[in-house]
Amino acid sequence: MSEAASLQPATPSAAMIRTLGIVATVCGILIVTAYQGTLEPVAANKKLALERAVFKVIPGASSVREFVAGSGGIEPAGAVVPQGAVKFYAAYDAVGALKGVAAEGAAKGYADTVRVLYAYDTAKQAITGLGVVSMRETPGIGDKIITDAAFLKNFVALDATLAADMKSLAHAIKTVKHGSKQNAWEIDAIAGATVTSKAVGKGINESAQKLLPLLVPHLDKLQGGK
Amino acid sequence: MAIPGQKQRSNVEELLEGIWKQNPVFVMVLGMCPVLAVSVSAVNALSMGLATTFVLVASTLLVSALRNVIPKEVRIATYILIIATFVTVVDYLIQAISLAVYDALGAFIQLIVVNCIILGRAEAHASKNPPLKSVINALGMGAGFTIGLLALGSVREILGAGKLFGIALFGPEFQPWVVMVLPPGGFFVLGAWLLLFNWLNIRKAKPAAIQSAEARA
Repeated sequence: MSEAASLQPATPSAAMIRTLGIVATVCGILIVTAYQGTLEPVAANKKLALERAVFKVIPGASSVREFVAGSGGIEPAGAVVPQGAVKFYAAYDAVGALKGVAAEGAAKGYADTVRVLYAYDTAKQAITGLGVVSMRETPGIGDKIITDAAFLKNFVALDATLAADMKSLAHAIKTVKHGSKQNAWEIDAIAGATVTSKAVGKGINESAQKLLPLLVPHLDKLQGGK
Repeated sequence: MAIPGQKQRSNVEELLEGIWKQNPVFVMVLGMCPVLAVSVSAVNALSMGLATTFVLVASTLLVSALRNVIPKEVRIATYILIIATFVTVVDYLIQAISLAVYDALGAFIQLIVVNCIILGRAEAHASKNPPLKSVINALGMGAGFTIGLLALGSVREILGAGKLFGIALFGPEFQPWVVMVLPPGGFFVLGAWLLLFNWLNIRKAKPAAIQSAEARA
């Protein structure tokens, strides 16, 4: 390379800037084309993924709408979630009746944040389903939270009744040591995967404590939302 | 690795270079970060291999086509710009094709920008060869990388989850070797494949050496 360099005349500065400029412009056009071209399918994919996740925790649902619950009541979700408001999903069946509500909770697990999606049954006032949005827990140990049948049984009717003042849950949802569950608001941890089990409980509790007091007084607004 | 003065290689040789002789995973041991990290399942390995191949071929084509107009002072900046562009394109394409794959590959899609195989090919091959030859060479390298990833991914998925491409192989009684889908498993399997490849190479080299010795005697 050095021999060739000494033989060649020095490259003018303008040529370097010109080349970089032209290549950058072409690259810019390519990126914009790819972004614009994939915008629709990506949005459709995201919607599909959300529906699939919600339908999994609320069986029998056939459509999903996004809402935010804030101090001013319930509103359809816009692009940004207002300060202090909580985003949630309302699921409806084929005739437009409210099947349930789903929301996300997150807490630090063993490896990284465990993000879960839980279903809230408005009639039973209970958590009735659990799905995982994302996690990096140890395969075969922490990731049992999506396969362990005994653990998932916790979420058939996990008590999430509001306290009389409607400001918080009557009993905080919490994960207890494997085999020591006694109350309907407790989650029986998976033996050997306590940290991840606890993250699930903490994530649900934090989210439900915030969302349910804002949501429950305005539940009538969600009805007939086909 | 085109050395000046080396005799012209045929297109078949260019293609085979990456698949066998200079396989990026088994011979050159390049790009180990994505190899070890995403090879937990065959699907992830295949997606990563294809994404890398796409970036490799597209950037090689552009670098090779522009090789005579890029001043050498700004060549690295230009190559990285081109590579980063195609990585962004592939990033959006994967999101459009499958969000599940996109989530599984995580940051490793963006990290293709700094994959040493791609910059290495641009610098060592595409900048010195015409587009057709460069693309054929890049296809071979991409295929070699994909094969390497798939070799690791399938073994790790079979042993670590009892599945291949998500299909259960051994029935419910199988106890998965969880370590295989954890980072140490990646090193074990890579080591085993390297052992096999080196053993094959030594075995191939031995008869040739004996033959030449006999011929001399």
